[in-house]
Amino acid sequence: MSEREPGLRVRLRNPAPIALDMELACAPGEVAALVGPSGSGKSSVLRAIAGLWRPAAGEVRCGGELWYSREAGVCLPPRVRRIGMVFQHYALFPHLCAQDNIIEALGELPRARRAARARELLDRVRLAGLELRRPAQLSGGQQQRVAVARALARDPKALLLDEPFSAVDRGTRERLYQELAQLRRALDMPVVLVTHDLEEALLLADRITILHHGRSLQSGAPHEVLAHPADVTVARLVGLKNIFSGELVEHRAGRSLVRCWGRVLEARLQPEFAPGARLSWVIPPEGVILHRRERASRGERENPVSGVVASAVMLGGNVAIRLALDAPGELPLAFSVPIHVARRNGIAPGAAIRVSLLAEHIHLMPEG
Amino acid sequence: MDWTAFLLSLRLAAWTLAILLPVGLLVARALAHARFAGKPLVEAALALPLVLPPTVLGYYLLVAFGGESALGRLYETAFGRPLVFTFQGLLLASVIFNLPFAIQPIQRAFEAIAPEIREAAECCGLKPWRIFWRIELPLAWPGLVTALVLSFAHTLGEFGVVLMVGGSIPGETRTVAIAIYDRVQGFDHAAAGMMSVVLLAISLGAISIAYFGGARGGGRDV
Repeated sequence: MSEREPGLRVRLRNPAPIALDMELACAPGEVAALVGPSGSGKSSVLRAIAGLWRPAAGEVRCGGELWYSREAGVCLPPRVRRIGMVFQHYALFPHLCAQDNIIEALGELPRARRAARARELLDRVRLAGLELRRPAQLSGGQQQRVAVARALARDPKALLLDEPFSAVDRGTRERLYQELAQLRRALDMPVVLVTHDLEEALLLADRITILHHGRSLQSGAPHEVLAHPADVTVARLVGLKNIFSGELVEHRAGRSLVRCWGRVLEARLQPEFAPGARLSWVIPPEGVILHRRERASRGERENPVSGVVASAVMLGGNVAIRLALDAPGELPLAFSVPIHVARRNGIAPGAAIRVSLLAEHIHLMPEG
Repeated sequence: MDWTAFLLSLRLAAWTLAILLPVGLLVARALAHARFAGKPLVEAALALPLVLPPTVLGYYLLVAFGGESALGRLYETAFGRPLVFTFQGLLLASVIFNLPFAIQPIQRAFEAIAPEIREAAECCGLKPWRIFWRIELPLAWPGLVTALVLSFAHTLGEFGVVLMVGGSIPGETRTVAIAIYDRVQGFDHAAAGMMSVVLLAISLGAISIAYFGGARGGGRDV
């Protein structure tokens, strides 16, 4: 993204205690999720974008405007930056009704038009009829909607959402996901969503950035980050379990061959690893295919592996299986199959089964 | 019933509040937000009138306002009259001994406002003055009412400091509290009792306002 390009571009550095070394880019109309465990610096990034906190070095640009540059001595205050911010606990003005909360953010509009505009915004977040309620008289989900309406009131150049779903119960949260997903289609500004919940990020974001101890470890489309994590830390942070180590043997016939468990596995071609290199590899659960008991199934010849079912737990419509491999000393392989498949194949603790590891799903990473 | 003393006390209380309100707001808000090394010391100094015997405070104010002090001389040069044993001196003393009664409730009220509320106001594009006027002040209102009521009642009732700095000059420095003392000294128990009842009623009324205000403020989700 060049300096002139629209959208949000952030580069921040700060020493401990709020250690930061990260970059983030978000195009107009795009939702970028900043994902990381608590304490990873996500909220500080958002505060720096909003102008509520000044990191020691870095730059914040939005829509071609320079908002912050320590080097150039530029630091616009929040009210000049034109951001819409939804705080984790909403930070609604407790003494004002929903409508007045929004009117406060409409300072640039002629006084006579503010009330009508506020009602319009409340209508947009489906709160018509509740205009005169104070925050304490609204449910958590309703408060969140007022906060979203207030954030949109200024026609912001960027919308910042700080864990906006963490303070509501599960049922409300799922309804709010739907609403935000709908709302965002109508928005033409960059949206930055901070969350510790990967599922939330996968559901709502076009791009995710993994933040860990203040460092942005990887950015990309959600499925891309999930399928091809940059390293073992990212793989663990996105919840991948099947992480093993091995050694690259050679690249042959469009595949990379990896020595592991005293045998050679075929993996997706990743020529950046040299033969002899020690490495880690990961396979997502969907890359593990169960062999049927009576007849051969898809990918039967691909990396066949045998083991004993260590545990089989029903989760929703699936059975989550942990397979103890015949190779000694290795962690179990985790994958899941639909319940009917598990039944048909006699999946139960102690059962001996065979699976295939699909080569295209095996992703190699630097040893970690 | 010494109406002159009574009116003088009301006049003193009114002027004290008029000066204390802006000063208290300014200092209390600054203290609520400020982070600096000597802050506990500043807060302790402001709280001194709460723990110091009124005669001790009165003695120091008398020395500080007197003709020997820089302040006393400066005042005398500027206005042609001394500061001690005058209404103006009494007013200055009243403002000083009421500082903790005014500042502490207001400071607590500002401190109780979550920082995100202020930040949200900034993000909504509000200018600092409007944040103060529309957001902070209404939220700190119960603290402000408490501060005004406490200062008012305390000014009516203060005895030691008034006697030390102002003496007992009718129409100038003899407040109702001093008048009660004078009447008791003169064995006029009827007048002393009458004035005491009036003072009691006013104090109870004022404190009730503070508690009713507090109860209403507490009912809000602040």
